[in-house]
Amino acid sequence: MVAIPSIVVVGLIWLPAISSVILSFTKWNGIGNISADDFIGPTNYRNVATNYPPFWPAMTHNLIWLTVMFLVATPFGMFLAVLLDKEIRATRVYQMALYMPVVLSLALIGFIWQLIFSKDNGLLNAVTGSGIDWFGDQRYNLWAALVATSWRQVGYIMLLYLAGLKAVDQSLREAAAIDGCSESKAFFRVIFPVMRPINIIILVVTFIESLRAFDLVWIINKGRNGLELISTLVTQNVVGEASRIGFGSALATVMLLISSVFITIYLRVVMRVDR
Amino acid sequence: MGTMGAAAFAALAACGSGSTSSSTGGASAGSKASGVVTFGSNQSDAVPKQAYADIISAYQAQSNGVTVTTNTVDHNTFQENINNYLQGSPDDVFTWFAGYRMRFFAEQGLAGDISDVWGNISGQSDAMKGASTGSDGKQYFVPFTTYPWAVFYRPSVFTAKGYTVPKTMDDFYTLSAQIKKDGLVPLAFADKDGWPAMGTFDQLNLRLNGYDFHVSLMAGKESWTDQKVKNVFDAWRKLLEVSQPDSLGRTWQEAAQSLQKGESATYVLGMFVGQQFTAGADREDLDFFTFPEMDSNIGTGAIEAPIDGFMMASKPKNPAGAKDLLTYLSSAKAQEVYVKGDPTVIATNSGADTSTYTSLQKKAVDFIGSAKNISQFMDRDTRPDFASTVMIPAIQTFIGNPSDVDGLVNSIESQKKSIFAS
Repeated sequence: MVAIPSIVVVGLIWLPAISSVILSFTKWNGIGNISADDFIGPTNYRNVATNYPPFWPAMTHNLIWLTVMFLVATPFGMFLAVLLDKEIRATRVYQMALYMPVVLSLALIGFIWQLIFSKDNGLLNAVTGSGIDWFGDQRYNLWAALVATSWRQVGYIMLLYLAGLKAVDQSLREAAAIDGCSESKAFFRVIFPVMRPINIIILVVTFIESLRAFDLVWIINKGRNGLELISTLVTQNVVGEASRIGFGSALATVMLLISSVFITIYLRVVMRVDR
Repeated sequence: MGTMGAAAFAALAACGSGSTSSSTGGASAGSKASGVVTFGSNQSDAVPKQAYADIISAYQAQSNGVTVTTNTVDHNTFQENINNYLQGSPDDVFTWFAGYRMRFFAEQGLAGDISDVWGNISGQSDAMKGASTGSDGKQYFVPFTTYPWAVFYRPSVFTAKGYTVPKTMDDFYTLSAQIKKDGLVPLAFADKDGWPAMGTFDQLNLRLNGYDFHVSLMAGKESWTDQKVKNVFDAWRKLLEVSQPDSLGRTWQEAAQSLQKGESATYVLGMFVGQQFTAGADREDLDFFTFPEMDSNIGTGAIEAPIDGFMMASKPKNPAGAKDLLTYLSSAKAQEVYVKGDPTVIATNSGADTSTYTSLQKKAVDFIGSAKNISQFMDRDTRPDFASTVMIPAIQTFIGNPSDVDGLVNSIESQKKSIFAS
């Protein structure tokens, strides 16, 4: 019975991951078979770090992305979930409104934010009278993209967290109320700690979503000019006519290494819970 | 029906006699084509899609036995998957581009040799044949349509303001000063998608350093740190002063609209700029002139005019049918059907009837016909990996910070070395 999941995991996750690592030491262009003289050692990694201008900006942007998601978007989503959990009037309407961005297709989200941020025809500049080139100017476009992404992330986290909150034993709240806890105290001292499993999931989701961050910047400008992310660089090099499979694999391996740090932390935390 | 069949048979017999002696296509061109031919098309937009459907049904009506199955794929998806597509089970005939982009796939053995088809092709100039020839001297491509890159403007705006078409770059700057004074943007500009600004680089390089240098730079044979390349960027920095600012957040469609609305006076782009103009009087009010002269020793003989067309899979399931279809697509008759539907391109076959052309199309025919040299486009004239992973970010960096040319060309050169070495 374990055989099928194992085959799936090995076939769909480990094999591609290991192949990427092997390919990252080649100069294979994706055409024909790999031969011995395609192997060029760590040259791709050296090129990534020293001879590829978009790489370090991409690392920085990924880090900024993670920080904003972790410190702004995710806590805000959790905050909204707590508010909505209080059974306020028309809570379903709010839930739907906030969750809407998560259901919309990314092409549509890109289009919506284009209408808002476009320099010449955008809503934002029309209303404020500013002439800022939101998506074209490197000083602003990352932040504009982050606003658009947070819009989605908040709804996503909110729904996950709301589900968790609904599952919290009602008697805990009552006990806290009887003991005279203020609402915020009850949340931080009682509810938040018992929600540990869901908190970990939220944490992992935030990390993974930030590392995978791709779709929106790809729709905006294919991840160039101030919107470089590791994932877009991988795509630019591997997908399409460029076909620098070896070079792109080196970038993918860098990404794999970074994410495995988080996965290791996650696994350790989960294991400890189980014990 | 009987006469049509006979005519088609006569045409095929003529094919056969033309190439029976050649070793390449005896089996295919000699025997009568029949069966099913698959056709992979990247023309997913409504208008060209319909035009292709018309061409294919016209072909089937006269082919007497060949049926064509068309697989239309979204334009960008088609381009991005071309490697997998060609290594998987590609369609017998598929849409592609001339230049390095064609030669690259021919060299990898992913395209079929159609030299024998060229024996039956008429009305395609030697320049077209050259653009269809791989590095081994065989033909791998059938040209279909082409369009020029130039400086587009609205004659009504020029007349109203009393502007004259500039011949040299000095004229252009004098004119730009006047345009600015009139409250217009002298030169519309956009590079959000990364590729449109490549055309401006090409024009400047062709005018400053000439066609031969341009081609050899694109082939990776020249150093990007050469003073000649720095001159191009220096000239571009000056041009940026009269160009529409904030170009990195603007698509070419938005820039074209600013030309259409009369907010910008000129725009360096391909003739597809006309797609942003509504058919009729609006589109009639669109004209172009060649990019101004920058060095009288070099002149303006070199222009840029990318060629779109077709290639054959390396192992087509129906070689005879595929070659028959390719021969038909190279004909004036097939191309006339297409250019009627899309008036921003012209037929490559010199026999095509130009009487139904718009005045812009007629001008494009003369413009391309009288050019001394024709380049394709940066991303068609150089390695695809170099164009997309090095030049797009490099040009965007330059537009964002035009002052550090030395750092820029050093970075391009060292990346070029690592890419062209593989």
